[in-house]
Amino acid sequence: MSLLYVAMTATDERVLDRELKKGSAELIILSIVEPRARHGYEISKLIEARTGGQLRFHVASLYPLLYRLEERGWLQGRWVEKAGERRRRFYSLTADGRRALLRQRETWKAFVHAMALITGVNHA
Amino acid sequence: MPDWSEHLRLRLAALALTPARETEIREELSQHLDQRYEELCGNGVSDADARRLTIEELLDHHTLASEMRPLRQAHAPRPITPGASGRFLLDNLWQDVRGAARHLRTAPAFTTAAVVMLGIGIGATTAIFSVVDTVIIKPLPYPRPDELVSIVHKVDGRDEAYFSDAIYLNYLEHGRTFQDVGIWNPYAAAATVTGHGAPEEVRALATNRGLLTTLGVRPLLGRVFSTADESAGAPDTVILAHDYWQRRFGGDAAVLGEALTINSRPHQIIGVTPRDFRFGGSVVNVTLTTWSPDVILPLRIDAARPVPTFRLLGVARLKPDVTLARAHADVDRILAIWKASWASTPSPFSNTRYGSSLRPLKQDVVGNISTTLWVVTGTIAIVLVMACANVGNLLLVRADGRRQEFAIRAALGARWTRLASGLVVESMLLAILGGLLGVALAYAGVRMLVAAGPSNLPRLSEISVDTTVLGVAFAISVLCGLLFGLLPIVRYLGPRLTMGIGASRGIASLPRERRHSQQVLVATQIALSLVLLVASGLMIRSFQALRSVEPGFTEPHRLQTFAIALPRTEIAEPERVARTQHEIVERIGAVPGVTSVAFTTRLPMDSSGRTSSVWRPEDKVEEDPPRSRQMRAVSPRLFETLGTRLIVGRDFTWTDVHEGRSVVIISENLSREWWGSADDALGKRVRSGDNGSWREIIGVSGNIYDAGVNQAPVAIVFLPAQARSELAAVARRVSFIVRTDRAGTETLLSQLRDAVGSVNANLPLAQVRTLGDLYDESLARTSFTLVMLAIAAGMALLLAVVGLNGVVAYAVSQRQREIGIRLALGAQTRAIQAMFMRRGLVLASLGLAIGVCAALVSSRVMESLVFAISPRDTVTFVTMPIVLTGAALLASYLPTRRALAVDPVETMRAE
Repeated sequence: MSLLYVAMTATDERVLDRELKKGSAELIILSIVEPRARHGYEISKLIEARTGGQLRFHVASLYPLLYRLEERGWLQGRWVEKAGERRRRFYSLTADGRRALLRQRETWKAFVHAMALITGVNHA
Repeated sequence: MPDWSEHLRLRLAALALTPARETEIREELSQHLDQRYEELCGNGVSDADARRLTIEELLDHHTLASEMRPLRQAHAPRPITPGASGRFLLDNLWQDVRGAARHLRTAPAFTTAAVVMLGIGIGATTAIFSVVDTVIIKPLPYPRPDELVSIVHKVDGRDEAYFSDAIYLNYLEHGRTFQDVGIWNPYAAAATVTGHGAPEEVRALATNRGLLTTLGVRPLLGRVFSTADESAGAPDTVILAHDYWQRRFGGDAAVLGEALTINSRPHQIIGVTPRDFRFGGSVVNVTLTTWSPDVILPLRIDAARPVPTFRLLGVARLKPDVTLARAHADVDRILAIWKASWASTPSPFSNTRYGSSLRPLKQDVVGNISTTLWVVTGTIAIVLVMACANVGNLLLVRADGRRQEFAIRAALGARWTRLASGLVVESMLLAILGGLLGVALAYAGVRMLVAAGPSNLPRLSEISVDTTVLGVAFAISVLCGLLFGLLPIVRYLGPRLTMGIGASRGIASLPRERRHSQQVLVATQIALSLVLLVASGLMIRSFQALRSVEPGFTEPHRLQTFAIALPRTEIAEPERVARTQHEIVERIGAVPGVTSVAFTTRLPMDSSGRTSSVWRPEDKVEEDPPRSRQMRAVSPRLFETLGTRLIVGRDFTWTDVHEGRSVVIISENLSREWWGSADDALGKRVRSGDNGSWREIIGVSGNIYDAGVNQAPVAIVFLPAQARSELAAVARRVSFIVRTDRAGTETLLSQLRDAVGSVNANLPLAQVRTLGDLYDESLARTSFTLVMLAIAAGMALLLAVVGLNGVVAYAVSQRQREIGIRLALGAQTRAIQAMFMRRGLVLASLGLAIGVCAALVSSRVMESLVFAISPRDTVTFVTMPIVLTGAALLASYLPTRRALAVDPVETMRAE
């Protein structure tokens, strides 16, 4: 009985971790491309820089995420060609994406506030 | 810079992306890895380490694929490789469906033509099937319908549906095979309701408990009759029909137990029928179109009548597991017992042979319409086959245009089965679209049919497009799809597939076999349409023949008829009945526009009637007892009003009526049968029954087609109105006939009502109609068959013309270049035109020859439907081929003219 309980908590923690990261990853990427269109490498570098190296996206997880947001209509990817350079794919926020970002920010704020009330962790 | 492509390809392989999308992703990810590698190198990491660290960011082999898998783009549809076989059957099927849909979209004219033709064919077949299914196939809407039989007896070899009260009592007492016997009296079909505003004549059904329980009628309110209600002397009761209860009492449930005055006697209301209660069907010699009575009255059995009246009709329910043969034996036994009960007295029936002629109730309800329906179904099926042939022809032409495509795909390695399945799917798609249109058309058609309500179609209200019908429509569609879908496959696919490559559209590029199959199709179509044209031609000729029969009356649409009953409560003394009727005649005669007025106990062509055996002085009971004859009591001037000729002698006078003189008028056919001519009949004597009083024949009238114009005129004996002795009682309910140009108008009716009301205010007019309505009804079966066959034949002719036109047009288009060359070389347009028209005519003649043979063979089916002409009528068999030849000439002429109108130089340049 107790063994099963331990196993369950372990699983739950992993699931929670993954869900948290997945939920926040979208918010992070949308925020990064909010001011202007950026390409994939730039996005990954900015995330790393702004979180002080705490959060890093590998190629294998970043691009599927970008494609998913694109499929959902929140991002728009466009190949941009410049003279003398290889063409690059830039991702910009769509109108739908902007609304989604706004929503996610509100949810996140409420979530953080609620967590603060429960866990007693305070940023102030 | 390292090449990352191989690593990326490995990781993306599992996703089976489209090549274009995979290239794009590889490009984007390679750039990312390049930059990461440069960054690491810039930070002083060794080349080998930078390469390793970069690749590590791709994580294990599965991560990228598993992250990508939920995305839609990872499920990009596989490109269609022409002819390549897919991994799964469904893959192939889906590919074929998409391919077929694309093909059909790119040829809207072809698709529309094919779908419309199929829609008409499938729609007509579905509609007629729904009628056949309801009328003939489905069981009757009663519980355990197989146990129900109509009571019919064989009397001296003739079927007789009417029987007497005594016979009914013998059924009850001695019957061993019946659960229940239901009877009704069709003579008591009207009753007068008073006490609720104006007097009203209502439709009444006089019946017993047995009928209601046999038919499984469960009352909506209250109860059905009990045996006590039927016994003599019991208080009068009545069951209201649902509609009448709604109309007269607003559906008030409190009406149960109240009294309703019917025929001047209070009747206690004991029940209300369910909403859908209908009663009808037809019994031998008696057609009862389905009708809804207003009130149901208990039928009282009167076994004590000295003279038996054959007034009852009946339905019985057999005990479970009793065969019809056993029931026949039982009825024969019952009839023998009944006859034996007369043995003590001289019986009018001692020389008459009585036997059972029971039959399943359904047979009587369906009646003689089943032949008509099967013939119509056959013709509609022919139309469907023709529609399929036309669509098959169109598909052949299209497949011909795609020969090169098939050959190339075959050369690329496609197996012929793959190409075939593509063609089958395309024709299936057409068939299903046609089926959908067909179901919509059938639905509309059935609703129109029910709304038009042909009076000779039984169970009309039950007809609808239900799941069985939809299932059949689907099956027909699939079958059609297979039928015409296989044609191009048989022609084009198989070992000879590759021959199409490189063939140019030059002279004589038309493969011989394809031309043959088209020609066979068109010849078949012409043959089939000739069969239908002949069938409808026969019906047109029959209809003409029926119309040309002089029914024994003239201008029936100018004859207004209505019935008036004089109940005992209004006029008690029998002597006063005729006086009152005379007075009504006088008053109506004064209405403006009325030329003449008369009345009779039975209208010509009305279905119910009273018969009685009529005797000459020389007839003897012991030898050959005389047959029953139609007998009716009539007023003076009946023949003048109807327009019936009085061949010899004189009409009745009012003196004959009021003084009760012993005179009689007979119809011409009876006079010929007995005395050889009308003149010889004059002054002879006849009597009704072997104990009636003798009457002198004072006149002979022309024949009246009483059973409908398609049956021989009936022998009739006319008695003066007040002849009580023959009719058991004075005729209190008679039908008036008024000849006027204003027949059928509302103003005339209100004037007639006023005229009747001025004699007696309590007399309602009932069964108001013109004799024209009755006349039309007698033509109904023929006109229904005619209309259905004419529609089918019209569609068939159209389809045949379209088919022939298509074949000639295609031949012309294929030889456009040849035509151009010939014209350039100085050929006469007329000669070229003749060349193509000859081809059309040869095809048409071939079809006509086959068609005439087929029509001759199928004429046997028409035997029971035609009237006064042979089913191999020469006029029809000559006219219809001529009509069809004309249509064929037109169909071949039009495309040729179009081709010749084009400038030959243009044609050749286009090549």
